[in-house]
Amino acid sequence: MSVKSSSKSVLVVGAGIAGIQAALDLAELGADVHLLEQTPSIGGRMPQLDKTFPTNDCSICILSPKMSECARHPGITLHICSSLVSVEGTAGDFNCRIKEHARYVDPDKCVGCGVCAEKCPVKVADEFDVELRQRKAIYRYFAQSIPSNYVIDAAHCLQLTKGVCKLCEKACEADAINFKDKDKFIDLNCGAVVLASGIDPHNPIGYGQYGYKAYPNVVTSIEFERMLSASGPQKGHVVRPSDGKEPGRVAFIQCVGSRDLERKHDYCSSVCCMYAIKEAVIAKEHSKGIEPTIFFMDIRAFGKDFDKYYERAESQFGVEFTRARVAKVTPADDGNLRLHFTREYGKRDSEVFDLVVLSVGLEPREDMAELADKVDVKLDEYGFCRAVPFEPLNTVRPGIFACGAANGPKDIPESVMSASGAVAGCARFLALERQEKVSKKEFPEEKDVVGERPRIGVFVCHCGINIAGVVDVKDVAGFAGTLPNVEYTEDVIYACSQDCLDTIKEKIREHNLNRVLVAACTPRTHEPLFRETLREAGLNQYLFEMANIRDQCSWAHMHEPELATAKVKDLVEMGVAKARNLFPLQKLPIEINPKAVVVGGGLSGMIASLAMADAGYEVCLLEKESELGGNLAGIRNTLNGADPRELLHSTILKVEDSKFITVHRNARLQSIEGYIGHFKTTFEVNSQKPEAKSKEPSVEYDHGVVVVATGARESEPAEYLYGKSRRVITQLELEKRIADLPRCKTVVMIQCVGSREGERLYCSRVCCGQAIKNATLMKKMRPGTDVYVLYRDIRTYGLAEKYYGQARDLGVVFERYDLDHKPELEPVDKSDPDSKLKVKLVDFLLDKKIVIEADLVVLSAAMDAPKENEQLAKMLKVPLNKEGFFLEAHMKLRPVDFATDGVFMCGLAHSPKNIDESITQAKAAAARALGVLSRKVIEAEGTVSWVNPDRCTGCGVCVKACAYAAVELKEMTMGSKVVKTVAEVNEALCKGCGACAASCRSGAINLKGFTDDQIFEAVSAITT
Amino acid sequence: MIEAKVENTIGRHKDWQPKILAFLCNWCSYAGADLAGVSRIQYPPNIRVVRIPCSGRVNPIFILKCLQNGFDGVLVSGCHPGDCHYISGNYVARRKFAVLKTLLEFMGLEPGRVQFSWVSAGEGEKFAQVVTKVTEDVKKLGPARKLVRNLEPTETKY
Repeated sequence: MSVKSSSKSVLVVGAGIAGIQAALDLAELGADVHLLEQTPSIGGRMPQLDKTFPTNDCSICILSPKMSECARHPGITLHICSSLVSVEGTAGDFNCRIKEHARYVDPDKCVGCGVCAEKCPVKVADEFDVELRQRKAIYRYFAQSIPSNYVIDAAHCLQLTKGVCKLCEKACEADAINFKDKDKFIDLNCGAVVLASGIDPHNPIGYGQYGYKAYPNVVTSIEFERMLSASGPQKGHVVRPSDGKEPGRVAFIQCVGSRDLERKHDYCSSVCCMYAIKEAVIAKEHSKGIEPTIFFMDIRAFGKDFDKYYERAESQFGVEFTRARVAKVTPADDGNLRLHFTREYGKRDSEVFDLVVLSVGLEPREDMAELADKVDVKLDEYGFCRAVPFEPLNTVRPGIFACGAANGPKDIPESVMSASGAVAGCARFLALERQEKVSKKEFPEEKDVVGERPRIGVFVCHCGINIAGVVDVKDVAGFAGTLPNVEYTEDVIYACSQDCLDTIKEKIREHNLNRVLVAACTPRTHEPLFRETLREAGLNQYLFEMANIRDQCSWAHMHEPELATAKVKDLVEMGVAKARNLFPLQKLPIEINPKAVVVGGGLSGMIASLAMADAGYEVCLLEKESELGGNLAGIRNTLNGADPRELLHSTILKVEDSKFITVHRNARLQSIEGYIGHFKTTFEVNSQKPEAKSKEPSVEYDHGVVVVATGARESEPAEYLYGKSRRVITQLELEKRIADLPRCKTVVMIQCVGSREGERLYCSRVCCGQAIKNATLMKKMRPGTDVYVLYRDIRTYGLAEKYYGQARDLGVVFERYDLDHKPELEPVDKSDPDSKLKVKLVDFLLDKKIVIEADLVVLSAAMDAPKENEQLAKMLKVPLNKEGFFLEAHMKLRPVDFATDGVFMCGLAHSPKNIDESITQAKAAAARALGVLSRKVIEAEGTVSWVNPDRCTGCGVCVKACAYAAVELKEMTMGSKVVKTVAEVNEALCKGCGACAASCRSGAINLKGFTDDQIFEAVSAITT
Repeated sequence: MIEAKVENTIGRHKDWQPKILAFLCNWCSYAGADLAGVSRIQYPPNIRVVRIPCSGRVNPIFILKCLQNGFDGVLVSGCHPGDCHYISGNYVARRKFAVLKTLLEFMGLEPGRVQFSWVSAGEGEKFAQVVTKVTEDVKKLGPARKLVRNLEPTETKY
C-alpha cells in the first residue's frame, strides 16, 4: 500500500529521548521535522536522571550530544514552549496547528549568559529539580538546556503580572528581553505525526500510609535522583531533607503507584525495580555509610544484563533485598521512620530507617486524554496510546504513530527503539527521495591554502560581561596581535551574534586570513557554528580553533581577574600555536549502494525487510531453514488474545509478494566483506533434494547495509527429568500440543529453567508471560485442572501484569522457590517410565515442605543465542556479549546499532523479547538502515587517523587498540613481491578517537585535527 | 634536607603559581569542566586545558613533553570506566597510565605531579575538586625540576 503524499514534513510531539530519536532519524531520511516541546528545553525526563542502569552511564553525558545534534540539524525545527492545537486531514496530508507560547526573550539575541536571572527578584519553585530548589521568574530550564536561551515565566514575572520591575531588561546587554512578545499560531502541513508525549511519575500523595509530604524524610525516587545528581540541588551529596545529615539506612518501597488495582494502576511500571537498584548502588558509591534496603514484591530485572546488575548490587554493593509489602510508615525519633511490613512467611515486623524513598510508577501524562482527543486517537484502559494488535507503534488513525512511554511504560533503550520504529512507519506517508547531497546548505568553493604562510585571525569575545566582567578582553586582544602569524585581532561583544559572524567573514576576505581562532565559550556548543562561518567564507572548516575562556575561565575564576586574564592569554597563545599547525581536512565521501541484506527470516527479519522494501529499497533476505517464520511458527496463542498464526501467514505473504524482497531459503552464509555503503555478501543455497549432488554455486550480492536478525531458540533443559520422562515437556512443546492434550488433573510449571543461574545469568524475559498464557488457557479449557506455577520472581512487566492477576483469579496457584530450595522431581512409580511425577518444594508462606503429584510438568526453558552468532560476528567484526547475543553500540541510546557503521540488529539476536518488542525493534533497525540507504552519499569524519607507511612496522598494536575495526594490516606489494606489512585506516569506519595514534610505537599513525605536532606545539607555546 | 630546600625555594618565591596542563576528553571531562563554569563553581586558575577527543588519545609522550617544557603538573581526565564515547578508549588510557606512572616515579618524579582522574559531564563539582586537589598537591611539591629541558640555574629561573 502506498499513500500519495506531497509533504516532506513530520510533526513530532514531545522532545524527550523518544521524540529526539524520532526527530533525528526522520531528519536523516530527509524529512523536515517539527519537534514540539512543552517545556523550555528539549530533553524530557533523561536530564533529571543522575545515572542510567545497567551501565551507570551518566544520563546527561550521553544525552547532551543528541540534544545538540537535534538543535543543529538543518532538517529539524524546534518549537519549545509549544503545544499542539489540532490535527486535521488524513495521512499524507495532515494540517497541524501548533501554538508557540510567548517566551518574552528573543532567542536570536539571548546568549544564555544568565545576568537577567541574577537580577530577577522573583523566586519560584523549580519544576526541573522537582521543587527541591528555587529558580527565578526568568530562567533557563536546566544547566545544559537546549536551546540555551532564558525564558520568562509569565505567571510569576512582576512586569507581566503587576507591570513593575523590568530589572532583567535593564541587565540584558544583548537587548533580548521583549515584554511585548505574543503567543503565535503556526500551521504545518505534515505527512505524518509522531506522538512521543512521555509519562508523568506517579504522585504518591494518595498513599497516606507512607507519609509523603507528612514526614520530610520520605521522598520520591525522582527527588532522590535529583539528590544524587552532581548537578542537582545537593550537588550529589545525599543528605536528609529534615536535618541535612547523611542518612545511614535508606529504605526503598517498590510499586508505589504500580501493580495496584485500587488505584486502577494494576500494570507494572517496568523500570522501578531497576532504577531503585541503581539509586541504591549509586547512593552507596556516594557515601559508604549508606545502607540501602529495597522492599519489593518481585524483582523485575528482565532486560539485557539487568539480572547481573541486580546480582552485583546484592553481592558487591551490599544492597539488601526484603521481599515484603510495606503496610505503613510511622515517625520514629530524630526524624527517622519506622516501616511496618509483613515478611513472606507471614511474620509481622518493623524496622527503623533514616530516609525512605518511594519508587513511584510511571503513568500517562496528565494531559494525555486531552492530547488523544485533539489528535483523535484511542487510548487503552490505563490511558496509554496503544490499540492495534501486532502494530505496537500504530494508533487507530493512519499516519499517526505513538512511541516512547506514551504507549506503555518503557525504559530508555525501549523508548529509543520504539521511536526509531515509528519512523519506519512514517516513511511511507512522506514524499521522500534519495538524498543527493550530504548537506542541504550550499557553500562557496573552498580556497586552497596549502603552502600558504599561516595568517591567523583572532576574535576575543566579551560575552557581554560574562567574560569582560572578569577578564581584560582588550588587553588579551592586544596581546594576541603580538603573537607570530597573527594577522588580525579584534575584541567583539558577542562572537556568536549574526553581526559578528558577518564581521568574521568580512575580515577573512579583507585580510586574506587562512586560520581563525575564536576565544569565547565552549567549542562543544559553538564550534559547529563558527566552522559553518568559515565554510561560508570559503575556508576549510577545519582551519578553525577555539579557546574556551568563558566556561573554563571567567566563570570559574570570577574573583581572580588578574590570574584569569593571565590564563586567557595562555589559552589564546596555545590556541594560536595549534591554529598555526592546522591543515585543511576533507570528509571522505562514501557512495551508498541502496540495497540491504537481512540475515534471518524469522519475524524480526521479515518485518525489517518489509519496512525497507516499503520505502522502495531492494532487500536480500537470507534464511538458513527451508521455511520463513523462525520461532513465531511455534507460537499458537498470545496473552492478549491476538492470533500469532494470522501474523505469521500475513507477514510471509507480504514478504513473498513484495517486488523488492528476494528470499533465499536454505541459505548458508559464507562471508560478508566491506564497510558501510559497500558490503559484499557471499552465500550458497543448499538444495534440499537429496538427488542433487552437485554443489550449487555461491551467490555474491553487493549491498550498502546489513541487518542481523538471527534470532534465538528455546534451550534444551538439562534438569528436572527432561528427556527422561515423557511427562516433562517445555513451554514451546506444550504450546504445540495444548489444544489436544489428554486430560490432566494436575499440571506443574517450573520457571527459570536454565535462566538466571550458572552460565546464563540472564532473564529469558518471555517465559513468565508464556507460562501465564498457557496456564490461563488450560484453566479456561478445563477449569478442573490444577495448575501450579513455580517461580522465582514473576516478571509480567508492563501492561502484561493484568494477565497475572487474571490467572490468579482463575485459580492458577503460584508458588515461589529460590536457588537454595529448587523443586525436586521424582517418578511416583520408579519402574514405570510413564509414571506420574512427585514435585517436592518448600512453601515459604507455610514454611514447610509440600509435595504435588503432577500429570504433566512444563519447563520454562531458557532462551539461548545460536552458536552460529560467533561466526557471523567475526565476519561483521562486531562484538557478542558473554552469553552469545549481539552487543549493541550503546546499551541505552543505540539499541539497534553496532559500533560498526552500516550494520544493525533486531529481535532475539539482541536479547530475549516478545512479539511486539521484536516488531518494534525490527522496525527500528529498518529505520536506522533507511537513514543510510536514503542517501546517495555519506561523509566520513574529517578527523580520522592516517598512517605513514614509511614509518609503520606492521606490528598491529593499532589494530588491537581500535574499537571500530577501522585499522587493518595490509601487505604492500611491489610487482608480485610483498615488500612489507603496514597498517591501513579505513576512513569510512574511523571515528577519530586516536587510540591507535597514542599506541603506535613508531609514530607512524596520527590523528588528523589532533596530531602529535599540533598538541606538542600547543603545550610548548606557553612555557618556553 | 631536600624538603627544607624546597621549602626555602617556595618561601622565597611566594608569588609562584604552578602551571598545570590538563588533557580533557571532549565527551566527559571537558563537558564536566564546562558544567563547573556554567554552575559558577570556582577553582584555582592554574590549569591550561588541551581538548582531546578521548583520553585514549593521550600518548605518554605528551605527558613527558609537558614536563620537559616546564609544566609543574599534568592532569589527564577522561570518562568513567565503562562510559567511554569510543567504547574502550579510556581503558586503553588506563593501562598506559598505570605503566607510565610507575616509570615516572622510578625516574624520580614526585608522585602527585602527574595525576589521572575520571570526571563525567555531570560532575562539575567533582571537576573543581580534582583541579583544586591537583593544584594543591603541585603547590606543595614546588616548581618542577625533574625532566625540565634547558633548566637554567635555579636562582635565575624565577
